[in-house]
Amino acid sequence: MFESLTDKLSSALRNLRGVGKLSEENMADALKEVRAALLSADVHFKVVREFIERVQTACIGQEVLKGVAPGQQIVKIIHDELVRLLGEGTTDLSPGRPLKVLMVGLHGSGKTTSTAKLARLLKKRGMHPFAVACDVYRPAAIDQLEILSKNEEIGFYCDRASKDVPAIGAAGLAAAKAANADVILFDTAGRLQIDHDLIEEVRLLRERVQPDEVLLVADGALGQEAVNVAKTFHDALRLTGLILTKLDGDARGGAALSIKSITGVPIKFVGTGEKTSEFDTFHPDRLASRILGMGDVVSLVEKAQEVIDQKEAEKMAEKMRKADFTLEDFLAQMQQIKKLGSMQSIMGMMPGMSGVELPDDAEKQMKRTEAIIQSMTIQERQKPDILNGSRRMRIANGAGVKVLEVNQLLKQFQQMQKMMKMFKGGGARKMMRQLKGMKGMGGGGFGGFPGM
Amino acid sequence: MFGLFKKFKDGLSKTFTAIGDKTRGLFGGRKIDAASLDELEEALYTADFGVETTEEILAEIKTAYRKDPELKGRRAAEIGANVLTRVLTGSEAELRDGLPVPAALPAGETGPTVIIMIGVNGSGKTTTTAKLAWLLKQRGKSVLVAAADTFRAAAVEQLKSWATRLDIEIVASHTGADSAALAFDALQAAKSRGHDYLIIDTAGRLHTKSNLMEELAKIRRVLQKLQPSAPHHSWLVVDGSLGSNSIEQARVFHKNFGLTGLVVTKLDGTSRGGAVVGIWRELKLPIAYVGLGEQPDDLQPFEADNYARAVFGLE
Repeated sequence: MFESLTDKLSSALRNLRGVGKLSEENMADALKEVRAALLSADVHFKVVREFIERVQTACIGQEVLKGVAPGQQIVKIIHDELVRLLGEGTTDLSPGRPLKVLMVGLHGSGKTTSTAKLARLLKKRGMHPFAVACDVYRPAAIDQLEILSKNEEIGFYCDRASKDVPAIGAAGLAAAKAANADVILFDTAGRLQIDHDLIEEVRLLRERVQPDEVLLVADGALGQEAVNVAKTFHDALRLTGLILTKLDGDARGGAALSIKSITGVPIKFVGTGEKTSEFDTFHPDRLASRILGMGDVVSLVEKAQEVIDQKEAEKMAEKMRKADFTLEDFLAQMQQIKKLGSMQSIMGMMPGMSGVELPDDAEKQMKRTEAIIQSMTIQERQKPDILNGSRRMRIANGAGVKVLEVNQLLKQFQQMQKMMKMFKGGGARKMMRQLKGMKGMGGGGFGGFPGM
Repeated sequence: MFGLFKKFKDGLSKTFTAIGDKTRGLFGGRKIDAASLDELEEALYTADFGVETTEEILAEIKTAYRKDPELKGRRAAEIGANVLTRVLTGSEAELRDGLPVPAALPAGETGPTVIIMIGVNGSGKTTTTAKLAWLLKQRGKSVLVAAADTFRAAAVEQLKSWATRLDIEIVASHTGADSAALAFDALQAAKSRGHDYLIIDTAGRLHTKSNLMEELAKIRRVLQKLQPSAPHHSWLVVDGSLGSNSIEQARVFHKNFGLTGLVVTKLDGTSRGGAVVGIWRELKLPIAYVGLGEQPDDLQPFEADNYARAVFGLE
């Protein structure tokens, strides 16, 4: 969808080589690109304007570094500035005990789910959370929190007969104290910031229970509206932090910068999935990369660590080194990669790749390769040399492909093995040459791996 | 009919007071100048229209301004509304008498018109399902709703409680049940009980999760076993307060599932839902309804012209 900002900046700054210093004139094009990038990441119009001014001030007068493309240099300045802005303030929660947390936000932003997630996180830290259901409007909202509380084995209070939210809050507070809870989470109904009655209601709840933290739960894909939302909620409730949700999608998350700039409250947590465990402390550098469309390598690495068995990976590396990597190992490796998610989503996390559309059949190719290997006997997988014409025919039939495709896979695998042998023999340079020759080979052209 | 129209206007005018406030001075009898053009640009960007639409509108107003330096704000607003209406030409879904026009059933096929609601988490699928069922019921149609969001805690209870409140028949199982199996049962029930409409509420899913997209495909497959032409409408429910990611959502859902239209929710705030214009530009998916609140009546057919005029604060 979007080219990476670095690419765009590089072309906007082509004429900058040989110029001694960055100036307003020679940066104009580049800043236009930055502006467009931020706007397309849903950062609020005004916030973009202020941010560009800041970046301009930071850039002007800087020497154009030798050896670094000016595009990269500016991206670094922008990235650093973003990290600084997004990361201001602490992600720690108030030390008050019992810690009273009020969760507020628009409809569907993820308040109830985040309440359960935060409870789980704090419980893991050794605290005793307790949830109070203050959403008396959405049908079954109370049931939802009750079920989640049960799942997380935390205390829960509700009053299905009452619509008096401040009173429910007070009663919940008393119940939580009686249960010796040291964290009390108040889940409230979704409300529009322009709904004066409902804003007044949550303001009264706030007065009544005197929370230590008032957390705004905001959808990471929120648009320009983020500014109005944050401003009204902040004016009425004095927010103390922000939870950004649904970051497991591919929204660029520019709303976070808007909210942060308008309210100054720190971003504390991010929601990264539907499971209650998918909740994390906020990392400004990751979000900055994301807003700039630079991918999210850190998250990719973390995800990889999560799903890929470390021992298995080491064993694999050892095998590769000894060049006794078989088709079976290859299959196992492919299956591990698949655990990371769809190829497209993996690509999205890689810098500069977020806009790259994979050929439609990349995923299919991988499946086919898998089917071919799975149609082989164990012996065949370990010693592909024994594959004669009739075996190949049988495999092709079993996998539902043409014999030609089986042959292709085997050829590619042979080349891979050859490379590993060279590597083993220390012929790294020879291997590089070989690699060059192999470019464009295989389905999606992932390194030298066939069909990937 | 007039009541409906008024409701739409009221909902939107509540919506658009904010942009109205911002642009009242701008779009009054005052002359346009460089500063007000800047303000206009800001107003358009902050409505989530995105770069393309914003620039298209600005360009036309600027051209008119160059031709006539005395151009009044009100005239500029009209130009803007016209551009927006033009961009949105054809974006209204085909509704007859406020009801979705069923896709033509193949000869010999009978059965209910099946509508499936899909979308990311928290976009408002369950509420929209209930509101649409209510709208259809008001028109004397018999409706069955299916609680196929078997994933989110209490989603089933949420739709059940709507069904009780609005007195609408429902097919529901328990959380954790197989959603495709439930959809199958619901269609079977709708067929045998002779319902006019079946509305299927599905679990929220981010478009980036391929396994969840596969689950949707399965729902379609099992529906088609009973009725080859189902689902007749596959609507993406889009949160109107979201930004450009809505376009990406629509793109992926459309590619994987083949959408037939959109419902834009939460337009009763100050959100202008401008990202939907981007969806229309790229995918040409018509907008069936807009959601203007939490009450059962707060679902209104989309009207491009009204929408465009409301955006620019015109009566």
